[in-house]
Amino acid sequence: MAPRFVYAPAPESRAVVNLRPSYGLFIDGEFVEPIDGGQFKTENPSSQEVLAEVSSAGLADVDRAVRAARRAHEEVWGPMPGRERSKYIFRVARILQERSRELAVLESLDNGKPIKESRDVDVPLAAAHFFYYAGWADKLAYAGLGPGPKPLGVAGQVIPWNFPLLMAAWKLAPALATGNTCVLKPAETTPLSALLLAEILQQADLPAGVVNIITGAGDTGAALVAHPGLDKVTFTGSTEVGKQIQRRLAGTGRRLTLELGGKAANIVFEDAPLSQAVEGIVNGIFFNQGQVCCAGSRLLVQEPIAESVVEALKRRLETLRLGDPLDKNTDIGAINSSTQLDKIRALAASGEAEGAQRWSPSCTLPERGYWFPPTLFTGVVPAQRIAREEIFGPVLSVLTFRTPDEAVEKANNTTYGLSAGIWTEKGSRILHMAARLRAGVVWANTFNRFDPSSPFGGYRESGFGREGGRHGLEAYLEGSLDG
Amino acid sequence: MAESRLAVRKTYKLYIGGAFPRSESGRSYLVAGPEGHPLANAALASRKDLREAVVAARKAQRGWAAATAYLRGQVLYRVAEMLEGRHAQFVDALVAGEGLTGAEASSAVDGSVDRLVWYAGWSDKFAQVAGSSNPVAGPYFNFSIPEPTGVVGVLAPQASSLLGLVSVVAPVIATGNAAVVVASEAHPVPALELAEVLATSDLPGGVVNVVSGRTAELAPVLAAHRDVDALDLAGAAEGTEAELEAAAADNVKRVLRSRRPGPDWSAEPSPARMLFFTEIKTVWHPVGV
Repeated sequence: MAPRFVYAPAPESRAVVNLRPSYGLFIDGEFVEPIDGGQFKTENPSSQEVLAEVSSAGLADVDRAVRAARRAHEEVWGPMPGRERSKYIFRVARILQERSRELAVLESLDNGKPIKESRDVDVPLAAAHFFYYAGWADKLAYAGLGPGPKPLGVAGQVIPWNFPLLMAAWKLAPALATGNTCVLKPAETTPLSALLLAEILQQADLPAGVVNIITGAGDTGAALVAHPGLDKVTFTGSTEVGKQIQRRLAGTGRRLTLELGGKAANIVFEDAPLSQAVEGIVNGIFFNQGQVCCAGSRLLVQEPIAESVVEALKRRLETLRLGDPLDKNTDIGAINSSTQLDKIRALAASGEAEGAQRWSPSCTLPERGYWFPPTLFTGVVPAQRIAREEIFGPVLSVLTFRTPDEAVEKANNTTYGLSAGIWTEKGSRILHMAARLRAGVVWANTFNRFDPSSPFGGYRESGFGREGGRHGLEAYLEGSLDG
Repeated sequence: MAESRLAVRKTYKLYIGGAFPRSESGRSYLVAGPEGHPLANAALASRKDLREAVVAARKAQRGWAAATAYLRGQVLYRVAEMLEGRHAQFVDALVAGEGLTGAEASSAVDGSVDRLVWYAGWSDKFAQVAGSSNPVAGPYFNFSIPEPTGVVGVLAPQASSLLGLVSVVAPVIATGNAAVVVASEAHPVPALELAEVLATSDLPGGVVNVVSGRTAELAPVLAAHRDVDALDLAGAAEGTEAELEAAAADNVKRVLRSRRPGPDWSAEPSPARMLFFTEIKTVWHPVGV
């Protein structure tokens, strides 16, 4: 076994975050009490401590938010020249950078993810996203998406709990740059960073109603996506809910973008740079506790190196540090909610029941909070649930292959198609494989890497439409096929 | 005095996997001209025929997508050449079927040939216009390219049985998709004639499949089919779109909605249809010594 190092605790101070005891809904530029909604509590999943009370938007609140967005679109944001919109969005990006530490700590508190991830990935990428799209606002005519590009109007945006601030940025930045106004619904278990973002939007003097943020559970989201006052709906979340939304919007003529689940293959060839690949596999599945739609949850290893890769992985997993998300040395944080933990447990149990071999490193789980150890399944066959269903947790299924063709076949043997990984030293093989994998994002000798200039989105049941890059603008612009 | 000669009438069949089978159901229906006079019998495709067409399309799609863009362009151009060569025949079909004047029919056939040439030229340019290389912050060559969505179900426009048809099918196949086309119900003859053009144009069998029959019977099957990746509702009957779209959500199909009134098919299109039936793939390729 690898030597264990003892690390002194290195907690990030949470004093930088000033939480209010309760939050209203952010509608028309102000925090307001719900009309027909209620209140709910949001907790720290690593300690089950209640962080704040948050409002739940009811039907009348949703309606009020959509109306505010409509008015802002017609009177302010729609007519505003692109260069002025641009400066507002740049301003938001800058404030996000200035308040990055506060945002990172808050994100880790509410979500349970390690501070090193919220600090180094979520928050900087969110700022970068606003910065990238800010520059598009006055250059849309050059985006190659038709002459005289026009905004759609009001967008209803529903986002998940795994990257709360980053997903808000992915939705808001391109929508604002293209001249749309927004009603954003953060996830029930992670509303706080979006509410801090609302304060940042106030600080940036963004005109009232351009962005409205309504918190709540699934009911609020369902009420939002069904609201007839919207021109556009975007959703990031499970494939199951995505299909419901697609059905709900059938016949309405409203535009839709879906970014749904995945079951990504991470394919390791025998010539792969092994230590780099092991790091990449770990990052691919244990980043954000595996609660990532594009997680590399199916490891496909070429047979000759399968044994040594699994051994190396086990050695590496023994060194991962699980615990306090605010500790700067923590690699694995808490699972976001008890609901999610139950789901992960059930699927992991099905793996054992269906005959796969389960392994986890020897780590002690904290007594309070929602925790699941990094878990590896070997002896996995494609028919098992753990090889087919999205677990959305720190559970890796290891399968093997002999030839590149077999790897392609196994990788594509899924109804999803969000992402895939390839590990090899051979550039020509990377491009050969990349062309054959039915996935929207293909990482070679890396995994789970994101950039605002790089389009992201799925094939097949992983959804449609792209976020990021020039392509991300298309989701928010009127096209020649719109009737 | 010359003996009068009995005309040889044409039998129209389905076009599936490059072959011309009858409907497995043995059914046919009478196609009438604008005044109600009988023109021809067309096969009344069954659900099973449609499913066979999807199988054929799936089988052909991978090879078609793997063909070079240059080759796909040449095949589409060849289709245009063959259509041009049969110009008079299609004019007759449109006059008899849709009741167009000779000049209107001729302009529809001209437009169809030109549309095919337009898309033929797109096949090896589309990826350049729709793709990008992306300046990511890291040691990666990051590029995005359009790839075909896969098998596309097409409900061909009901009114414009040739130009409308060509306008919806050409963009689907130009980028490497395979199509299962439900022909205009009332005017299926131009689609079935076009199938003969396709069959003699080096287009691999199965890339385009054409079935004739009742749209109301076939459309729900296509919409709900798990191995169809996308759907063009151009020819869907008014009032049926919501149901078809809802069925299509079962496997998150990409659904191109129909517009009311339908588009002016004679207007020059944009690349939007090609964009709609392609997926953007982004590749992160490492850079290093």
